[in-house]
Amino acid sequence: MEQNGRAENAVVVRNLVKVYGKEKTAVDHVSFSVKPGEIFGLIGPDGAGKTSIFRVLTTLLLPDGGSATVDGLDVVKDYKQIRNRVGYMPGKFSLYQDLSVEENLNFFATVFDTTVEANYHLIKEIYDQLEPFKKRRAGKLSGGMKQKLALCCALIHKPVVLFLDEPTTGVDPVSRKEFWEMLKQLKTQNITIVVSTPYMDEANMCDEIALIQSGRLLSVDTPGNIVKSYPEQLYAVKADNMHKLLKLLRSYDKVMNSYAFGEFAHVSFKDPQVNISEVTDYLKQEGLADIELRTTAVTIEDSFIKLL
Amino acid sequence: MSEAVITTDKLTKRFGDFVAVSEISFEVDKGEIFGFLGANGAGKTTAMRMLCGLSIPSSGKATIAGFDVYKQTEQIKKNIGYMSQKFSLYEDLTVLENIRFFGGIYGLTDKQIKTKSDQLINQLGLQQEVKKLVVSLPLGWKQKLSFSVAVLHEPKIVFLDEPTGGVDPVTRRQFWDLIYDAADRGVTIFVTTHYMDEAEYCNRISIMVDGVIKALDTPRKLKDNFHAANMDEVFYELARGAKRSE
Amino acid sequence: MKQFVIFIRKEFAHVLRDRKTLLILFGMPVVQILIFGFALTSEVKDARIVIMDQARDAASRQIISKIEASRYFEVDKTVRSNQEMKEALKQGDIRLAVIFPANFNYDLVHQNDARIQVIADATDPNNATTLISYINAIIQDYEADFNKTNNVPYRILPEIRFLYNPELKGAPNYVPGVMALVLMLVCVMMTAVSIVKEKETGTMEILLVSPFSPLKIIVAKAVPYLILSLVNVVTILLLSVFVLDLPVNGNIFLLFAESTLFIITCLVIGIFISVKTNTMQVAMLISLMGMMLPTILFSGFMFPIENMPLPLQLISNVIPAKWYYIIVKDIMIKGLGLGAIWKETLILAGITIFMLVISLKSFKIRLS
Repeated sequence: MEQNGRAENAVVVRNLVKVYGKEKTAVDHVSFSVKPGEIFGLIGPDGAGKTSIFRVLTTLLLPDGGSATVDGLDVVKDYKQIRNRVGYMPGKFSLYQDLSVEENLNFFATVFDTTVEANYHLIKEIYDQLEPFKKRRAGKLSGGMKQKLALCCALIHKPVVLFLDEPTTGVDPVSRKEFWEMLKQLKTQNITIVVSTPYMDEANMCDEIALIQSGRLLSVDTPGNIVKSYPEQLYAVKADNMHKLLKLLRSYDKVMNSYAFGEFAHVSFKDPQVNISEVTDYLKQEGLADIELRTTAVTIEDSFIKLL
Repeated sequence: MSEAVITTDKLTKRFGDFVAVSEISFEVDKGEIFGFLGANGAGKTTAMRMLCGLSIPSSGKATIAGFDVYKQTEQIKKNIGYMSQKFSLYEDLTVLENIRFFGGIYGLTDKQIKTKSDQLINQLGLQQEVKKLVVSLPLGWKQKLSFSVAVLHEPKIVFLDEPTGGVDPVTRRQFWDLIYDAADRGVTIFVTTHYMDEAEYCNRISIMVDGVIKALDTPRKLKDNFHAANMDEVFYELARGAKRSE
Repeated sequence: MKQFVIFIRKEFAHVLRDRKTLLILFGMPVVQILIFGFALTSEVKDARIVIMDQARDAASRQIISKIEASRYFEVDKTVRSNQEMKEALKQGDIRLAVIFPANFNYDLVHQNDARIQVIADATDPNNATTLISYINAIIQDYEADFNKTNNVPYRILPEIRFLYNPELKGAPNYVPGVMALVLMLVCVMMTAVSIVKEKETGTMEILLVSPFSPLKIIVAKAVPYLILSLVNVVTILLLSVFVLDLPVNGNIFLLFAESTLFIITCLVIGIFISVKTNTMQVAMLISLMGMMLPTILFSGFMFPIENMPLPLQLISNVIPAKWYYIIVKDIMIKGLGLGAIWKETLILAGITIFMLVISLKSFKIRLS
């Protein structure tokens, strides 16, 4: 199974089960695999089981069923070796607030038995932005800067697989974009990245994604394929009164699915051959104006809603 | 016709030399859904605290539901509801206990609380969960419940601080249905969010950068003004040049 | 090894950069010693004493006149027999008796060595020690004067006896008590809190995922507090010797060795608490209520254990501070050696090993 000393799949998860207490099933028979060097996104809302999966893969939790390997190593048996090979940025990771940027980085490098110099090329792009503040204590950094430092710390030992648990939660759209740019950069360094996020729009930045809800996987594929497999034609509708439009669509018998989507409402119809002008006329009759109805491209969010 | 329930005039908050919020002026009408956007650290939270009567401004004027933010903070608190992603409900109390508690601190009578809680539980379909601890509810339900609790005392304005963070797309939309319903009843909604599609659901939005309101208009007009296809681009265009963050 | 050193350095950074905690850590022993010291030591003035002068020679008269001249003492009467002296002491308002044996001057001049017997009423032990130190000062003063005019050194040895409370139960023992208390607080609470803090902030997750062994994490966390505590021991001893005039009578190295053992006991307890708790508040509460309170109650420092009902006496046996308190008292005040305290040392070591074993057993290499 080994190729060039590297496992065929960076991460393999088979029928993974994690139960808390007696009945709370956090992860329910989840299976997926991540190819080396790809960005794999675990996409779902809070409480879907993302963090539990991450913790099993980083050997912090024992699975209650199924198995998992990271870089070909078993998460239960070979936990010590795995701990040498993975980088992990937990959701609430806050660094050492009372240590400076430099000290944090040096500390984590040493803990992982390496030096900052040895793998500086990996973090250079990111660290350059932190360099002016290297003497500043981590607690005094801005949110975006903290996140960059945390990423540097997780990368400093050149991990084979990097696990990022909700790195962009609560972060504004501009910083989120920057963060994903950094991940793309890392991909070129041949590091496998497993990342989780509740933001559906970030799915497109991944090579492959798993949609997850309530501990179950809804779908695992490339974002393109997931979108392609959407069964109906999707339409976007707009009118002068959005709230009224949504209510009308919901009670309209030709409609299969309808929901707000930004400035539009997304709609799919029961009849694939639906007459669009008929729908427009109906909406006009009900008192709406400025109606705009057209076909639209499916997004991951649409797929997610459909799969729920 | 429209009646302003929030008015601010050159509202400013300084912390030492640092100007967290710099001369912001705007009005929000009754029943309006007002989106309050900005990058991390732009000053949103500080501004919102002043509007809620939790923080006295350094200068400028503001009235909330007709009350002055300097002198009438107690009246302001009676007339607003507040919900944030971080603190919403007591997790170690049951659904019903939470409703009773929050009804109680806003001075509702036992009878009012009874009718209100029945109504709310039916609306949210929580009949089975009434006696369950809030901690055992899924996040989406928690958020919907805490919104309903925030408007339990029929406030004139409700402040929502990132109410839908981390919530799944379907529940997020159900949440916005609740917001629309409340707005229809005349409640003014003042909401912050990091989801740009949600910005589109607002009647008007303001985008704050480095303590200053850089843009304030309807989503449509903002997109036109910035020649942008969606709010994401508008936001990016404005916030990209931000000097400070958090 | 380098990892280990870096880790310890990081722990020191945490400790040293948290100014407020640091102030408490180093300020606490000073404040406690001074509060105990001065709150309980009121300057004694005009204490009534009796004198039995069996010598009636030049030397004894000179010393007596010095005592009479001192503002600390008021000679109530001069007694002639042991019987009379005992009666006087029994009356209660006599704090001290000074007895010059016959041939006092002769002994001093011809044998270069004379003795004075001092008997103190030790019902108020603090008071008694203070008076003894005043008498000592007067005697030394005289001795110095005497030696100035002579070429051979002469020595006057006061033989001190305490009546009623020969072990001086009470205040002078607060130094060992404060040592036990401070070490308990610093080691147990600070260690527990510092480990739990990493759990709370999420940095523990990263450390667990690193190849750095979890056991080393824990040991590295304990080292700074060990050193800090030794600094506190030094502070307390310096204060006690130079501010409170309470010397260390026994072997100072033995005292440090025993202190180190007790510090390790406390660190292990702190680690145990940190393993069992997940929030700083709980860790702090358990440390305070579960450790400080029993230390104050059962160490024998505030309340004499032998006066307690039997069940409480039995409980006191599992309180490490009790044994440490006995050890320090024996070394510092009684000046005893290891021979006298080996039993207590063994018990303390036993508790430490026992706690260490359960801490290690319950320590988790994973999150739950």
